This record gives sequence, C-alpha cells and structure tokens, in this order.
Amino acid sequence: MTPTPAFFISFYTLRDLFDNLIQSLGFGASFGWMAGLLAGISISFLIINVMVMSTAFYTWFERRMIGRFQVRRGPNRNGPFGILQPFADVLKLIMKEDTIPDAADKPVFTLAPIALLAPTLMIMIVIPFGTYASDQAFLSNLNIGILFIVGVTSVNSIAIFMAGWGSRNKYAILGSMRGAAMLISYEIPMALGITSVLLLSGSLAMTQIVQSQSIWFILVMPMGFFVFMAASTAEMSRTPFDQIEAESELGSGYNTEYSGIKFAVLFLAEFMAPIVTAAVVTTLFLGGSQGFDFLPGGIWFAIKMFVLIFLLLWVRSTWPRLRIDQIMGFAWKILFGLGLFNIFLVAVEFMVAVELGHTKDDGSLTTEYMLIMAAVNWMVTIIAFVILANFVGKKKYHRPEPTASPLANMGIGGD
Amino acid sequence: MYGLGLFKGLGITMKNLVSPSRQFNIVQYPNRRASPFDLAKVDNQNPISFIATHPIKTLRSLIGLETLVDRMPQHANFRGEEFAWYDRRCTGCASCAKYCPLGIIKIVTGTSGVNQQEGQSYDIDVFDIDIGRCMFCGLCVEACPYDALHMGSGFEEGKYRRSDLVINVDQLKAAEKKPSTWFRPQLTDRGHDPIKGSTADWDQVGRHEKPSLEDQGERWAKR
Amino acid sequence: MSTIRTEPVTINLGPQHPSTHGVFRLRVTFDGEEIIDVEPVFGYLHRGTEKLAESRNYVQIVTLTDRMDYVASMSNNLAYVRTVEKLADIDVPERAQYIRVISVELQRIASHLMATGFLLNDLGALATPLVYCFRERERILDLFEMLCGARITLSYMRPGGVFQDAPADFWNSLNVLISDFPNYLDELESLITTNEIVLARTIGVGLLSDTQAVDSGVSGPVLRAASVKWDLRKANPYEIYDRVNFDIPIGNSGDTYDRYYVRLQEMRESIKIISQCIEQIEPGPVRTETPFFIRPPVGETYSSVEGPKGELGFYMVSDGGISPYRCKVRAPSFINLTPLKDMLTGWKMGDLIIILGSIDIVLGEVDR
Repeated sequence: MTPTPAFFISFYTLRDLFDNLIQSLGFGASFGWMAGLLAGISISFLIINVMVMSTAFYTWFERRMIGRFQVRRGPNRNGPFGILQPFADVLKLIMKEDTIPDAADKPVFTLAPIALLAPTLMIMIVIPFGTYASDQAFLSNLNIGILFIVGVTSVNSIAIFMAGWGSRNKYAILGSMRGAAMLISYEIPMALGITSVLLLSGSLAMTQIVQSQSIWFILVMPMGFFVFMAASTAEMSRTPFDQIEAESELGSGYNTEYSGIKFAVLFLAEFMAPIVTAAVVTTLFLGGSQGFDFLPGGIWFAIKMFVLIFLLLWVRSTWPRLRIDQIMGFAWKILFGLGLFNIFLVAVEFMVAVELGHTKDDGSLTTEYMLIMAAVNWMVTIIAFVILANFVGKKKYHRPEPTASPLANMGIGGD
Repeated sequence: MYGLGLFKGLGITMKNLVSPSRQFNIVQYPNRRASPFDLAKVDNQNPISFIATHPIKTLRSLIGLETLVDRMPQHANFRGEEFAWYDRRCTGCASCAKYCPLGIIKIVTGTSGVNQQEGQSYDIDVFDIDIGRCMFCGLCVEACPYDALHMGSGFEEGKYRRSDLVINVDQLKAAEKKPSTWFRPQLTDRGHDPIKGSTADWDQVGRHEKPSLEDQGERWAKR
Repeated sequence: MSTIRTEPVTINLGPQHPSTHGVFRLRVTFDGEEIIDVEPVFGYLHRGTEKLAESRNYVQIVTLTDRMDYVASMSNNLAYVRTVEKLADIDVPERAQYIRVISVELQRIASHLMATGFLLNDLGALATPLVYCFRERERILDLFEMLCGARITLSYMRPGGVFQDAPADFWNSLNVLISDFPNYLDELESLITTNEIVLARTIGVGLLSDTQAVDSGVSGPVLRAASVKWDLRKANPYEIYDRVNFDIPIGNSGDTYDRYYVRLQEMRESIKIISQCIEQIEPGPVRTETPFFIRPPVGETYSSVEGPKGELGFYMVSDGGISPYRCKVRAPSFINLTPLKDMLTGWKMGDLIIILGSIDIVLGEVDR
C-alpha cells in the first residue's frame, strides 16, 4: 500500500488541524463541532474552487482540441496558447446584463443553475483520488459512495426541467422535455452498468471498488464499460446524444433564455460534467489511482481521466447526433438489453467462481480467475456486437442501384 | 459491416488532427503569436543560438507576448477597396460615373487652366467615390477609356464615420498608387504585383509602351 | 382508459434560427415532437432585384445577379448573360465558353460543398465536416480570386464572354485542385457516407417521390435524388456541354440521404467536366466586343441553365432601350420549397432541420 501523499488535504486531516488549534486557544472539548464546521467550510471552498478552475482549463482544452480536430486553431489570443480565454469568457458573461423574461417563473428560473451545478460538485466528494487509505476522498469515504453518485446525478433531470419550465420559452420547454425523457431513460442502463461492477467488487464504497480491481474492470467486462460509457455520455448530453441543447434544432435548448452569470453557471455545470464523469468511470472501470509506483496515485488518476476526456472529445468532434426517438430506442432496446445480459454473465461467472473456490478470504475473486473471465467476456462481447450490428443494420440500410424514373423524357439514353 | 463506419469516421478526424498537410491554411490576420522558432527564422539564426542569445525574447514568445505580422495572401487581380486614380490620365469624361451601378462617383469638371494642346483635358474639381456604398464590381474601371482609374489592392479602410468613407480628389491624388491588375492585362505583362508592394506611375499603367505627348493627341482618343 | 389529451404547439422557426440557412421563417405546429403543419414565411431578405434590374443597363445587372444566390454567383452570372446574349443575339468566343464552363463547374463544387457541410452541421456533427468542406471551398474561392479578383460576388461574366482571360498561374492551381479533389471526396465519403448515425438519421427521411417532385416543379439535385434523370446540361446542352462526357447521378427514392449522395457524385462529375475542358481549351479571344450600352431589339426571351440548386432561368423583356422592360428570375431555391409541407409533415423536429438542409436553399435567391 502506497503511503498517503503529504499534500493531500481531506476533511479528516483538516478537522484534526482545527481541533488542535481550538484546543490550543484554550477552548474546551465541547467546541469540537466548531472544528468540524470550519473544516467543512474550508473543504467546500477548496472543492468548489478546484472544480471551477479545472473546468475553466477543461473548456480551454476542449476548444483547443476540437479546433485541432477541425483543422483550425482554437482560442490562442489571450495569454500563452490562449489559456486565459476561459477567464475572459467568464468576465464577459459576468459583465453582461442578467435578464429574466417577464413571463418566467422567477424562483425556478433562478434556482435552476444552482440545482444543476450542486449535484455535479457533490459527486466529487466521494471520488478517491489518492491511494487505498480510507481518507483519500476530498470529504469522506462514504460506504455507500456509488449509491450516493446515482442518487445525486438524478437531480440533473429536475434541474434541466426547471430551467426549461422556468424560462417559459417554447424551445426551452422542448429541450427540457427531451432532457427529462432522455435523462431518466439513461439512468437505467447507467445503473445496470454500475450493478455489474458492484457484483464483482462486493462493496458500494468507492475505495473498495478500486481495491478490488486487481484486473481493471474495463478488461473484465467490456460490455459493462460500453453500457456505462454510452449511458453517461447521454447523461451529460454530449454528441451523439446532445438532444437537450441541440444547437441546430432548438437554438440552444433549455438555456435559450439564460444570460449573464446564470448562463455562466449553467455552462460551468455542463462543462464540469465530463470531468466528473471521467472521474467516476476511472474509479469504476479503470482501476482508479492504480498504476506503477514511480508516480503517485493521484497522477495516474489524472492521466486516466485525461485519456477518457480526450476520447469523449474525439467522439464529440466526429459523430453527428441521433434523433430523439432513436436515442430513446437505443437506451431501451439495446443498452438495457446489453446491461441486463452483462449482469447475467457476470453473475453466472461469479457463481461458478464461488463453486470452484476461486475466491480470496474476503470474498473477492482471484486474479487468475478474473483473467479467465476477461477472456470469456471479451469473446462474448465481440460476438454479441457482431450479431447486434448485422441484425440492426444490414437489411434496413441496403441501397439498391438506382433506376431512372420513367417521368423524365429527355434523350439521355444515347449520350 | 454495420458499425464500422463510425470508427472509420474517427480515423478520418484523427488523420486530420495529426497530419500537418491537412491543416487549414490559416492566416492569423493581422498578427500571429510567434514561437521562438519563428523569431529565429526572422532573425536568420538557428533556433538554438537564438534561444541562447535572446533569453528574454524566448520567454516572452513562450508566454505568447511576441507577435509577428501576418498578411492575407492575395492575388494581384484582387479588387481592393481604395482606388488608384491618375489625375494626369483622367480627362474628366465621367464614363466611370455613368457606368457605376450605384451612382456613387461624383465628378465636377471645369475648364483647365493649363495648355489645352497638351492634354485636351478638363480640370477635375470634384472626384468623390463613396466607398461606403461601393460594391467593388469594377465596372467603373472597365469603363475608363484612358486607364486612369484602377482598382486598389488593399482592404483595410475601416473608418469611424460614414462621411469619412467618401474619398475625395485630394485623397485620391495623394494616395500611394498600388493599382490592382484587375482588367489591366498590361500591368500583368509588366510584372506589376501590388501585393508585393510595387507601385505604378501614371506613364506605366496605360495600354501603350510610353505615351508621348504626341500619342495623347492621336492614339488615346481613337482607342 | 382514454388517451392523454395533448395540445398542438406552434413554434416560430426563424427568422433568427441557426439552421434555417438565413432569414427563412417557418411557422411549425408540433404535436409533441411531431410536425403536423408547416407554413413557410418568405420575404425577410427581399431586395427587389427584379425591379432594380429595370433601372440598370444590361451590364450593370450582372452585379445584381451576384447577390441572389450568393454561394453560387458564377452560375447566376452565366444564366443572366446567356439570356442577354439570346436577346441581343451576341456571339460568344469558344475560349470564353470553356472558361465559363470551368468556372461554373467550380462554383457548383463550391456550392455543393457548402450544402453538404451545412447538412452535416444540421445533423449535429459539431461543424467538423463543415470545416473540412470549407477548407476545400476556400481553395476554389482562391481560384476565383485569381480569375476575377473577388471571392464571392464575382461579376465575372459579361454579355459576349468573360471580362478577362484567366491568368497564367490559374491553370496550375486548377490542375493541382482537380488532382487533389477526388482524394478529398473519398475522405469526406468515409467520414459521412458510411457513418451509421448519418444513415439512421437520413435514410427514408423526407421522402419525395418522383411524381410528387415533377408535379411540384422542383429541379436540380432534389429532383435527381427522386430518381428523375433530368439535367439541363444534357437535356438542352448550352455552352460546350455537348462536347464533354459526363454522367447524371440519380438517387434511389428521394430521401435526404439521396439528396446528399447525388450532390457528392455531382462533384465528381464536375471534376470530370473540368479536366476535359482543360484538355480541350485553346487560345483565343474571350470576349466579343459589345457596346457599352447594349440595346437589344424589342422582344422577350427565356433562357435557363442548370445551376447548383436547379434550373436557374431568366425571363427578360426588352423594349429596345438600354435597360430591360421586365426581368423575372426563376429561382430554383424558391421553387424547390414547393413540396416542403408534404416532405415535412409527420416527421420530427430534428428531421425538419435536415430536410430543409438537404433541399439546400439560399435565402438571397428565395426572396431575391
């Protein structure tokens, strides 16, 4: 077990620090709550600032990368390589007039950005950035960490609906209706993907999930990874599932009426989502902070997040978006089935492992058995995808050679 | 197989990302951020010695403070904004004014005080071109029988007031003459290229080798 | 149990909307996401081109035609000057005809590139294919700058030819372009044509049957996608189109995918035409001397060319003066919108955008 990096700050270290401070100032032990409060405030301050700053740099990175994909430069004027661009953008948004439409439901309209931002921030408190020790998350090592994430993310759909409803705009309503339908549908495959992870890890705690990945779960169950990635891409509404905003169709979807600082907060939440999703996927499927010893675990975590974010950007800059009914069909017909099948597969394999005695003392699987599982699952996944692809595509999209309509009577025949 | 097209598309975008030959030919007008390599190229040094000799400049360029001027690539035929007008060639016939689809050229002529035999020309009192309304079709240049009016080559004519956009006769006379080779094949034949900075005098832009005073009386009028 | 009572919602799409390709306005009635009624509203970009033409002389009108279909000015110029030549009986030198065909085919490629790029943008591809298309279009615009000094509003053609011969470096750049371009089209095809999301979005969407297409008078790629083999370049060869060899690509069923694919294949055919023209072109004059103020004899005429968007025709009446008595434009973008309601009804909001995008309208031409 690698030791805790010294620079890592968590709720517990801070509480002890403040506790010592209060004791030394001569207050009694009854003031322990004060230490907790101070530590909580400082850790929240820290999380919010770290997340906002990393989102700012993420927006810069996304714009630069997509610019390169689109064979142009991205923003390159403000600061070295345009790195100050997000700050210029925020400054502009803050200075703009914060308009609220007359017909808007004002409290709902105002609360929506906060309701969208808060859950995204809250996910970060359970992500174990560091190594295996229990206090490696920012705030706490919840023993129901993954359940917390599932619960908190479902607030998103309410927030988006609040934004659409509150602005009393037809485009916004359309966007948020789409959002409500889509986000709720995609929560099911997402939960199914998570369930298959839980079957193997045997615990809801994020640190425990990381610990049980002696082989990364992406290798053990690629199908579960696919289901979870697709569902979480839809959850943060990026291409090919960006129906909520759908710039070319709805103008800007649910945030059509927003301007100024409220728009900035909405966008902050939206661009924070890829970071948070990448963190969650890294924890669940990519072995969290596992890596070679020459770098600390936090760095490995960041590298894996970076790779995932790049993958998302790559997909975003290449694929068009699906139509809303196709998206719903994809969730219910394909992802739902694949997710269930994946759970079935993993459960059967787990039962076999228990029967054959391939478990360690604490109930988790041995590395050798996980390798066998990986080989079986990869084969099953590839076969399933091939069958699915030929089943879905072949007939429907076959284009016969065109024949000229008899309606044209120009003398083309003899040219 | 169904499903492969998506990954083929990913391959295409990745190819465009990494391959420099697929990049857009980007001009960072009016200036671009210069890397130390660019600066070394400007100084005609190799990059290593440049970095060694100019540490401050290198640092500044690394944080994006050094800029180099970047010009738009143009062809010599480009129909630019400001006009090149040669008062010594202009007879004040107002063909350009008649031919302008928008009627934005205003010409007022008076009797010339100088020797009538020499130029047979009127004195141009007013020659206003309202380039705020001009659409640069070039019909005025096409109409000019004496090659006195030429399209320009620039495009940086932004002004704060619409009234400033009216070019008057003094501005036209004083302006640096960089005529475009648009509709003037004789300029192309001479190797004139306004984009590279070459200017042309009034006796070089005509359709004749070197118009003498006698020529003016005979050949110009015939055309 | 009775069904849920729903209420239709009317949404104004445009005139300020990112995907109506200009200031086009659609009053769409939705039942949920499904379109039940469409009412297009035109005229936000009406500049009275036809009326303005009555007070300009015949050469000055060339500059007005640039501003109609501003992504295909060259084709507009050609359609117009051909009408004047027919009206005033002006001959065009052979070299001028070749140069005209080359430039018009280049313009067709540029216009189709824009149509393809914006269709993909409407599909939500975050502008990546659009930028790839623009990268190639930029090279064509550079060629136009060499040819006539402008990139968009070209005013290159004159009654009786073109106003100047192409400069020497134009031919080299053109050769480079036509040797590169098929590779680029292959790349675009592997990015778009086989992409399953594009297939799922476009195949079978916005069907326009051949009978419907002919009945509503559409032309150009929209008509050919409905498997009607009709192209004025073949049916009524003008300029030197009877001397070059090319095919007319047609589509299968007239859906959005066919309209996209027909455009892609037409670009290949255009490259074929240009390379044949380069082989055949010979030195010579490029303009018949015409008077400054053309005075055609009293009469009327109609003449049309196959523009990138369809049959672009001019009907002109001359009263013997220096400007036409009446000038009427048959704008393909406008007439291609005729079957819009049939195509849209029953589809979803996302389909509306791509069907409109696949018709490829330019508002400068729709409203004139």
